[in-house]
Formats: sequence, structure tokens, C-alpha cells
Amino acid sequence: MERKSVDLLVGIFVALGLAAILMLAMKVGNLASFSFSPNDYSVYANFDNIGGLKVRAPVKSAGVVVGRIADIRFDDRKFQARVTLRIDRRYQFPKDSSAAILTSGLLGEQYIGIEGGGDDQALAEGDTIKLTQSAVVLEKLISQFLYNKASEGSSK
Amino acid sequence: MIDAPVRWLTALGAWAIDSVWRLGLASRFLGATLAGSGTALRRFRLTVKQVHFVGNYSLIIIVVSGTFVGFVLGLQGYNTLQKYASEQALGLLVALSLVRELGPVVTALLFAGRAGTALTAEVGIMKATEQLSAMEMMAVNPMSRVIAPRFWAGVISMPLLAAIFSAVGVFGGYFVGVVLIGVDEGAFWAQMQAGVDVFDDVLNGVLKSVVFGVVVTWIALYEGYDAVPTAEGVSRATTRTVVTSSLAVLALDFVLTAFMLGSGGW
Repeated sequence: MERKSVDLLVGIFVALGLAAILMLAMKVGNLASFSFSPNDYSVYANFDNIGGLKVRAPVKSAGVVVGRIADIRFDDRKFQARVTLRIDRRYQFPKDSSAAILTSGLLGEQYIGIEGGGDDQALAEGDTIKLTQSAVVLEKLISQFLYNKASEGSSK
Repeated sequence: MIDAPVRWLTALGAWAIDSVWRLGLASRFLGATLAGSGTALRRFRLTVKQVHFVGNYSLIIIVVSGTFVGFVLGLQGYNTLQKYASEQALGLLVALSLVRELGPVVTALLFAGRAGTALTAEVGIMKATEQLSAMEMMAVNPMSRVIAPRFWAGVISMPLLAAIFSAVGVFGGYFVGVVLIGVDEGAFWAQMQAGVDVFDDVLNGVLKSVVFGVVVTWIALYEGYDAVPTAEGVSRATTRTVVTSSLAVLALDFVLTAFMLGSGGW
């Protein structure tokens, strides 16, 4: 078969279209995950409850994004969630820093906030953050509030 | 005195009968196109040439519209979401509206305007200048030589164009939302990936665009083939192509969406 320039142009068009479908499936849909840059280091943290935390959510300290969440897994020995944080190498945190799951705004997405401690050794690749605070579960909060109210009422 | 209502009734009846007639003709036309598709698929070069005509030439308008629709979605979405402090959901909003609705529908409307009219005019003028009759005289079936390759080119091009539209639109939304306004990049993509399902959303969108491709191309070719073989007839046929296929796309969109959502709820 002889080649014509039309074939090349149509080939480009079809390739573009297929690339767009692939992009929609992989990047917009959830078929593939992102790669992380090699300038990060991994730190782990265990939480009793992660609420609505998602992979790729930001890790912030003092409101500044310092990293991303790379992985969330369930640990069936401790019955806790094991979250992998990828933190930018430029930022170093003391070993006794604490991590908390916080929410931005009332309906906003959840992120992990890190507060620095006082240790003179820094967190390194593969370390686990010991001090963690789980996500706030609204139902628990309300039931606690009602329980306190009830006990207040009976003590009067 | 009684004349006016009678004339009005007569016109209504003539219009109704004519519509049913054309619907039947269009169905037979689709059947003949499918029956004549053997040549279009065997001599695939014919179809490739039409994909170039229908697809490549529509590329620019699709890419530009997709970009701007993405820009606008990013701006409007941010403005509304920001009131509820959930502007991180911008990516999800942009991607879902594009993949589910705007991608297939707007592409189909643009496709009807850009490629459908060209097909109608081309086929109509072929008919008006008696090229189609000449082919029949030479024992070449115009259905398989002229109509079927154009039909398959439309069916192939439309989903590809819709996918390009959606993909470009997502990047348009990304540009306005993340680069210009400053929504968190990770949240933009993460919320999108968490909320968009490959099968429920992306695949259904592609399915929609295939259906729209069939309908728009079918209407465009039929109107051309059925055109009154004069300059005026061809121009009327071209107008009818845009009107009919746009209405058909919008109506079908509702039906398809009801079906697709129906499988999950209702």
C-alpha cells in the first residue's frame, strides 16, 4: 500500500483521541496513581481514625504545604490506619513532632498538620511519628456533648 | 370564514404525514448505509480520507472550545465552591461536568455545525449535480462508495473529538483553578480521582459520544441525500441538519442520562 500524507494526519488525530481517552481513564479516573519526586522522604504515622483523608492530600505545617500523603493502609494487628507521608527534603522536623488530621473549612477536605517538637534529632526516612491525633468524628463529638449535658443535668 | 382553520388543519396534517414519511425514509437510509458498509470497511482508505475531512478539520474548533469551557468551569466552579470553603472540590466539579455531560454534548453540537453541515452540503451538491446518478449508471453503488465511508468516519471521529474536548477542558480548568487562582494542586487531582469512576463516568461519556456520532452523521448524510437538488434545496437541507441534529442530541442526552443514572439508583 502506498503511503499518503492524509494517513499521517489521520494517524495523528486518532493518536490524539486515544491519548485523550487514556488520559481521562488514568489521570481523571482512578486507574493510576501519581509518582512522587525523589526529593522526598517517607515518614509513617498511625491513626485510630482517618475520617475522610485521601491519598495525595496535603501535609501542612503552620499552614504551609510541606508534603503529600502517599499511601493509606489498614494495619490489622493494631487496628489502626497506617498513613505514609512524603515530605519535601527541604523541611526537617524534630523526632517528637506530632501529626493531626485536620479539616480546612467546614466542608473542606482533610489534611495532616504537623507540629514540631523539641527533639534535637530530625525525622528521617522510614521513621514513625509517635504522637498522632485522629480525625474528629462528628457523631462521637455530638454524643460526647449530649452525655456531658445529661450528666450535668443529673448532678444538679 | 371556515377557510382559515381548514387550511391550518390541512397544513398540520401534511406536516405530520411528511414527518412520518421522512422518518421512514431515514430509517431505510440507515439500513442501506449499514448494508453498504462492507466496501467502506474493506477499502478502508475511503474511510480514512473521510476521517481526515470530518475529524482533523474539526480538531481546532474542538480544542479551542474545550479550553475555554474548561476556563469558564474553573472560574464559575471556584466562585460557587469558595462560598462553602470547599474549593478543593474544583477538580472533581470540572472533571465530572466535562466527562459526563459537556464533553459529549458540546462536542456533538459543534460537530453538527462543523462537520455535519459540510457532509450535508457535499452530498446534496453531489446529488444536485447528478454525480450520484452518474455513479449508479456506472454500476457503482453510491451508498457504499459515498455514504458509508462518511458515516463510519463520523462514528469514529466523534468519540475521539469528545475525549479530546474533555481532556483539554480538564487542563483548562486546571490552568484557571490551580495556576491562576491557586487551588491546591494535589487536592485538585486527588478529589477528581476519588470522585470520577472509570466505568460509571468516563466509559458512559464515551458511550454517549458514540451514540451522538451515529445520530449526527446519520442525520447530516440523510438530509444531504434527501435534499431537493437545487441550490436552495441544499441550503435548506444544511439548515435542517443543524436544527434536527442539535435537538436530537439534546433529547437523546436526557434519555441516555436517565438510563445511565437509572442503572445506579431509581
